[in-house]
Order: sequence, then C-alpha cells, then structure tokens
Amino acid sequence: MVPDKKVCRDMLYYMKLSREIETRIERKLYRQGKIVGGVYVGKGQEAISVGSSIQLESDDCICPSHRDMGAFLIRGLSPRAVLGQYMGRKTGVTGGKEANMHMGDMRHKIVAFVSMLADTVPVAAGIALAYKMRRQPNVVLCYFGDGATSRGDWHEGLNLAAVQKVPVVFLCNNNQYAYSTPLEKQMPIQDISVRAQGYDMPGVNVDGNDVLAVYEATREAVELARNGGGPSLIECKTFRMTGHSAHDDARYVPKKLFEEWSKKDPILRWETRLIQDKVMSEREVRGMATRITQEVDRAVSLAESDPLPDPKETLEGVYADQSVEAPLAFAASFFSPDRWR
Amino acid sequence: METTTYVEAIRQGLWEEMTRDEDVFVLGEDVGVYGGAFKVTAGFLDQFGEERVMDTPLCESAIVGAAIGAALMGMRPVAEMQFADFISCAFDQITNFAAKCRYRWGAGVPLVIRGPSGGGIHGGPFHSQNPEMYFVHTPGLKVVAPSTAYDAKGLIKSAIRDEDPVLFFEHKYLYRRIKEELPSNEYLVPIGQADIKRTGGDISVITYGAMVHNALEAAGVLAEDGVELEVVDLRTLVPLDKATVLESVKKTGKVILLHEDTRTGGFAGELAAVIAEEVFEYLDGPVMRITAPDTPVPYSPPLEEFFLPKTSDVVSVARHLAAY
Repeated sequence: MVPDKKVCRDMLYYMKLSREIETRIERKLYRQGKIVGGVYVGKGQEAISVGSSIQLESDDCICPSHRDMGAFLIRGLSPRAVLGQYMGRKTGVTGGKEANMHMGDMRHKIVAFVSMLADTVPVAAGIALAYKMRRQPNVVLCYFGDGATSRGDWHEGLNLAAVQKVPVVFLCNNNQYAYSTPLEKQMPIQDISVRAQGYDMPGVNVDGNDVLAVYEATREAVELARNGGGPSLIECKTFRMTGHSAHDDARYVPKKLFEEWSKKDPILRWETRLIQDKVMSEREVRGMATRITQEVDRAVSLAESDPLPDPKETLEGVYADQSVEAPLAFAASFFSPDRWR
Repeated sequence: METTTYVEAIRQGLWEEMTRDEDVFVLGEDVGVYGGAFKVTAGFLDQFGEERVMDTPLCESAIVGAAIGAALMGMRPVAEMQFADFISCAFDQITNFAAKCRYRWGAGVPLVIRGPSGGGIHGGPFHSQNPEMYFVHTPGLKVVAPSTAYDAKGLIKSAIRDEDPVLFFEHKYLYRRIKEELPSNEYLVPIGQADIKRTGGDISVITYGAMVHNALEAAGVLAEDGVELEVVDLRTLVPLDKATVLESVKKTGKVILLHEDTRTGGFAGELAAVIAEEVFEYLDGPVMRITAPDTPVPYSPPLEEFFLPKTSDVVSVARHLAAY
C-alpha cells in the first residue's frame, strides 16, 4: 500500500534533509574544525529511520541510534538545534552536555541513546510496558545496528518484550559493518531477522534502501503492536556508505561494495519513483533540494552564532534537586570562589 | 505493643506507596507468585495484580533497563535485585543510562533499585556483598542504606517519591533480627539526612547499615569504662549529610569510620578525606577505619566471622583512640 502523496513527498524531504545536514556536518563543518567531537552519519541508510518514523503518532516514542538523523527531524528537532548539538552550543538539543547523535527530548518522545549500543533495547521494552500498563494505544520504535544484536542487553530486551507482549517494534539497520568488523565476524547467521524466532516474534527482512519497503514493514509491525499483538523485529538490509565515523576512511571496506551500493542510493531511488509515478515533477524535486540547501544554510549560520554554554553549567542538572551536593565536592573555596558549589 | 521487623517495615513501605500511587509497581525475579526470595513482596500479587507485581525473566540488565523506560514515561518502578550482588549484571544500565539521563538530556528517571546486601548469613562470595561504592562513585545516583526498621520504612517511601534513581541497599542480616514499634500514622525519612543513634562526647563512630548495631553495642560496653561514643548513622551515602558528620567530629575530636564493605575504596576513605580537609584543626587523634579486609566474602563460618568487622574491633580501636 503506497501512502498518500503528502507522506510520499515528506519521506523524500526528510531523507534529503538528513543527507544535507549530515553532508554539511561531515564534509564541511567537521573539516573546518567547527564540530568539536566525533561525527557519525547515516549516508545511504536514510530510508530506514524515515520510512519507519514518518508514520508514528505524536504520543508514540522512538529510541533512535546514531544513524537515524531522519527520525530525530521527523519527531520535531530543528536543524539548528541539531547543528548546535554538534557544535556544543547552549542552544543545541542537550545544551552542550552531550555529543553528536546522543540527543533526546521526552517532549518529542525521543530517548537519547548511550554509546553502549543495545542499552536502549530493554529501555524501549520498559516504555512499551508503561503504554501497556496505562492502556495507551501507543508504540515504541527502537533502532539499532547489526553490531548491537551481539550484545546481551539486546537479547534480554527482546526476550522481556516478547514475554510481556509489549508494543514495540525493533528495527535493525544492518549496514554490514560494526566499525571495521564485517558481519561474518559478528555473527554466524546471514539474516538478523532469524533471531526473532528465539523470541517467538515476527521477524522479517526488507530492502533498507527502499523507503516504501521500510514503510510497509513498519506499518504492519506497528499495527500488530498497537492491537496488542506484541513486538516484531524488522531487519533493514543496507550498507554504510562511509567509515564508522568521520575520522575513519573505511579502507577495510572493498571499493567495489561502495560502487555497488551507490547504485542503490535510497534517495535517488525514491526520487525517480515519485517522478515516474507523477507524485512530483522534476521541477518540484529540484525546488525541494534548493529549499533544503537554503534551510540548512540558515540553520548553520544560526548555530554558528549561537552561544556556548557557561562553564558553571557543568555543575547543573545532575540531580532534580540542585541543592544536592555531590559527596566529592569538598573544600570548594580553596580553589576559586565558585569552582564547585 | 506490636513490633515490626526490618523486612516487614520495607514491605509495609512498598505496600503503602503502591496503594497511594498507581504508577508505582515492582518488577524482578520471583517477586510475584513467590513473593520475593526474602518475602519482601509477599502478598503483593493478590493485592495489586500481575501487571504491578511483575515476575521477570532472569535478566538484571533488562529489569533495570525496563524500569528506566517506564520511569521515563513517569511511572515509578521499584526493581528488585534478588541479591544486591547480582546488581553487577545491571551495572551498565544503572551507571550509564539511569545515572546520566538527567544530566545528558534533562530526562528524569525516578526509579528505585532495591536489594539485600551484606554478609553474616554464610551466603558466600555471591550472596553477601556490599556493592554500594560502585554507585556512590557514579554522579546522578542516590544511595541509601538503612539500619533500623523505622528508617527502612521511611526511606523506601522517600526513595519511591524521589525524582532521581535511588539505590536502596537493605541489609539482609537485619531482615528478621531487629524489630521495633513503628508509628501508626504515615511518616517519611528524608533522603540525605544522617541520624545520631547515640550521643556521646568522646569519639564519633560514623557508620551505616548493619554496622550501626555493632557500634551501638560497643558504645554500651565502653560506657561502663566511662568512654562515650557518638554513633552517627549516615542512612544515606549519597547525598552525604556532611554537616551532621562534621558537627559530630568537631564535638568529639576523635573519629572511627566503620563499615562492612571492604577497605580500599570504601566509603571510610571518602569520609576521612572530607574530615581531613574541612575539620582538621579539631582532630585530637588519627582518623581510624574499621572495615572488612580486601578479600571476597568467604563462606565458612570461621572465615566469614574473621572477615566481618565486629563489636570487639570497635571497642579496641575506641580504647586506643580514647588513650591517644
């Protein structure tokens, strides 16, 4: 079932916007030294987060991972706040406390992941448990990569979700590399989706570079979850078109794989399809690209002039009660008048 | 006069909170049908139903992870570690996820992780540990360790109402060995407040958990010799009630730091540093530590007996200090 025209156009828009923001971050701002830390992009994998999260209700929740820029944008984070996040600005999503894709905001029902990948899997099960206990007709989309499925938390989380039959959809971005480690050194199976059998939940694999296939598989899994049918696992097969991060030139990846997969670019594919099906004209697609470039230009210049956080904010936000003093904060006055509270 | 055991006090506190607020629920291994390995949740399943008294698979990490997820949604989960020792399996979820959510992205995680800690029951290396310091060292967590039935009940209720993750270490040796009369009306014990369990002018014994009772016993022995111990029960390690500790040390000038946890990296070291930095000029003797030795907790009675700090240790160290 093809979604309505607006959703089709929105999917193209968010894939292109993700690509543009991440290209700007990786190819320009990082190289200019304006991004102070690491950069992880989802180039070539945009269809996964966009095709899935585009269909959520506002009270549904997402637990994204580090190659899911589209999901963050769809849930309502602004390009300026995302760029501010990368640049360590006070106006960034986490006000400078966190780096790159570690963004979250419960007002948008986005959970910030931690670097210990797969930790969000049991957390997603817990969010879904809360929906179930409160009789809320909502679902959680939980994203992770192929490497994360090797971790114990992944298995504990899927098992608990399956036993409790909670409304969560597990989405695997199988981009075939965990940093430099290829799939065959990561697991003895070809399809991650077969892991679902161990938890008696539906497990499917789809072409992760086909936004419509991702949309459709997610739609079925979300419907099942919303109707009390419990969790599902969707494996989206794709390819990481970059190194693990901006400092990694991926020389360990055979060149021919990049060439092969560049022909399957999810944005080009969707664009071509929309033009073929007369959902959009070529002119409209070009217009969209121009608008996105301008939008990102504006966001970059705003983020660059946004303020950095005040050093004193280092001490803020550890506990709800700001008067709680950490036990290690002793004899503050000897260092400088306000070195520690 | 009706008395209540330490374990029953915790049970009552949980029960009252679950009755008061339907967002409170418990999850863990064998907490439902079986009522918990130590029967802290006995009777809960019948009263509150299986959604709010959730038997989980054997998966400490997912138990805490799921509690975090539910807490992010505004629920008030109370996760049980069947033995506090098993908390190591959930270390990552606690220290990296729960502890850092608020700081990283402003999301509160109001959850409680409770579990029986401590030795003295011949539990061996994996059913006797005192794992509090792993968590004391992680900013963002609160760490509570009550020593009496009154405190245990009041503190578990405060822990459940707290906006941040609280680790609640119940001393299993105390579960059925101590009891007292509890107020019939509802009460809370605030997190972050120490309690002077016995006042005295000669030596401060700063301690928590089961060791409070050894300190009190030692105080009784020493009083006959005219040496007055002041027993400061921390009740909460994080946040530390520094004011009460420092006031006591200023008054007595001599201090014993006592805990059942092992020595190196134990809370006594932290307290010694705080005391040295802030009230050095009031000290009339060396700051003394009484702790378990740096070994795993052994099983056989003579070994475990040797391992655990004893009342006689407090008495002899106090005599040494009194004569100083």
